[in-house]
Amino acid sequence: MKQVFKRPESLSKTPFHYCPGCDHGVIHRLVAEAIDELEVKDRAIGVAPVGCSVFAYDYFDFDFNQAAHGRAPAVATGIKRTRPDGIVFTYQGDGDLAAIGTAEIIHAANRGENITVIFVNNAIYGMTGGQMAPTSLIGMKTQTSPYGRDAATAGHPIKMCEMIATLESPVYVTRVTINNPANLMKAKKAIHNAFKLQKEGKGFSFVEVVAICPTNWGKKPADSHKWLTENMLPVFPLGTFKDTTGVEKA
Amino acid sequence: MAKVLMKGNEAIGEAAVLAGCRYYFGYPITPQSELPAYLSKRLPQVDGIFVQAESEVSAINMVYGAGSAGARVMTSSSSPGISLKQEGISYIAGAEVPCLIVNVVRGGPGLGNIAPAQSDYWQATRGGGHGDYRTIVLAPNSVQEMADMTIEGFELADKFRNPVLLLSDGVLGQMMEPVDLPEPKDYDVNSKKWALGYTGKDKAERNLCSSIFLDVDELEEHNWHLYQKYQVISDLFSKGEFKDFAVEEHLCDDAEIILVGYGIISRILKTVVEKCRKRGIKAGLVRPKVLWPFPTAVMQRLAEKTANFLVVEMSCGQMVEDVKLAVNGKKPVYFFGRTGGTIPSDFEILNEVDKIVRPD
Repeated sequence: MKQVFKRPESLSKTPFHYCPGCDHGVIHRLVAEAIDELEVKDRAIGVAPVGCSVFAYDYFDFDFNQAAHGRAPAVATGIKRTRPDGIVFTYQGDGDLAAIGTAEIIHAANRGENITVIFVNNAIYGMTGGQMAPTSLIGMKTQTSPYGRDAATAGHPIKMCEMIATLESPVYVTRVTINNPANLMKAKKAIHNAFKLQKEGKGFSFVEVVAICPTNWGKKPADSHKWLTENMLPVFPLGTFKDTTGVEKA
Repeated sequence: MAKVLMKGNEAIGEAAVLAGCRYYFGYPITPQSELPAYLSKRLPQVDGIFVQAESEVSAINMVYGAGSAGARVMTSSSSPGISLKQEGISYIAGAEVPCLIVNVVRGGPGLGNIAPAQSDYWQATRGGGHGDYRTIVLAPNSVQEMADMTIEGFELADKFRNPVLLLSDGVLGQMMEPVDLPEPKDYDVNSKKWALGYTGKDKAERNLCSSIFLDVDELEEHNWHLYQKYQVISDLFSKGEFKDFAVEEHLCDDAEIILVGYGIISRILKTVVEKCRKRGIKAGLVRPKVLWPFPTAVMQRLAEKTANFLVVEMSCGQMVEDVKLAVNGKKPVYFFGRTGGTIPSDFEILNEVDKIVRPD
């Protein structure tokens, strides 16, 4: 019988520790599939963040560095400059990338480091127990915004793709989600494109995945995806903000 | 090689290149800016990488990344910038990644000033960041030693998979002296089989560079492993192969008072010792060249013979605590310090010696 579905080679056999319904497992898989498809597993080097995906290195079957909170793009810079043949990527959440690590991500992008960044935006801090994130929506109730995020005192959700797309150096900046099969396939293609560009030495690629956090949103997984569609996507519109090489048309 | 006249900061840069270092990540701050300026010119000439980072925080994390990928790598800064690097240094120590960190110390706390100081001794020798760890701390007192200890620092870092801190100051960084530079060494980025991206045939299934041990038993085991490594390092510096490298003793055998100082201060103390001897005071000098591990055994031995110790620092008194710990109450340990960027004169120190030795 022909096997049509199996674990990607780039994923280890370790069971995911993520909460039921969490998107991280699927996004990990998409990354692993891209690395398999591009046949770069033997030179892939990941940088794990601080947050729920702090143990990402357990789930991928290649070399990994575990960085401090927000510092993954700086660590990835050091790795890539030392191992230019490596396929180096960071995998970061919204607290990590859009709050404490804002300087690191903006400047790695601005230097045009030939790395790939996978940014998982679920509008909340997961591992620390559901605090307000820089990408939390206005009015969103979290552990540290119990009356709802108030724009007057906590500002507005930061749109990282839009910010990074203003820079000259990045070659590919796109926002995807995995709320339904059609979008999942688009996300898979975007992640593949991002790694392909790195493999070809084209420059900095950034994929934001708008994702759910059922546990800290206090919603069932299916309800979470519905909430994401109705509330997050209007604030974080899907689409490609920058594609200087035309990889999506190729 | 013929001697060349160089600034201390530049000597570090050239020595790093000669040691095979091809990666520098840093952020501008006075009084160390000659070092990144030198390397920004020099590294591209030898196919090296120079990156001016967006902050000291980023620079040390680039060092973490490059070091974890097998690079011989360094960064440099001055006191406030070194404070910012402490997060990264803690991760680097926890993950056991070798690297060289240069601190051209200036006056603090806070923004302080840009004048030379020795007030980062505690930060340097106690780890500096969070957690149970140590960095090897080297303290040069000349431009020649800035170069020599840079080269030795890379060797020590690799030997023990540990960050090495070169603790200099604004005087040593800025002053010019003739330097004898050694022949260049080759370094292969692919020489560490634990490194990320290592491509040798003997590579493990995969390499991981991390400082997280969520299980308490695992972290305790890791911390004791680090502690044991630090014990091995301490032994090598007190009785092993680096014994002579660790400390300089000058006229201590018959000394009634021993002056203790590191770095630039030790050169002033040498003058004080000469002047004391001319005046009939039997003074000696101990100069720790390695501040961690501290030359405790040397102090203990000298405490059996000499009557008094006088520790002189460009701080309100930091290393004096390590001297007191070593002497352990056997003999009086006096302190004289100037702080805020002021350098004590030989005359001032001589006065202090007089007060101790000839109290009348």
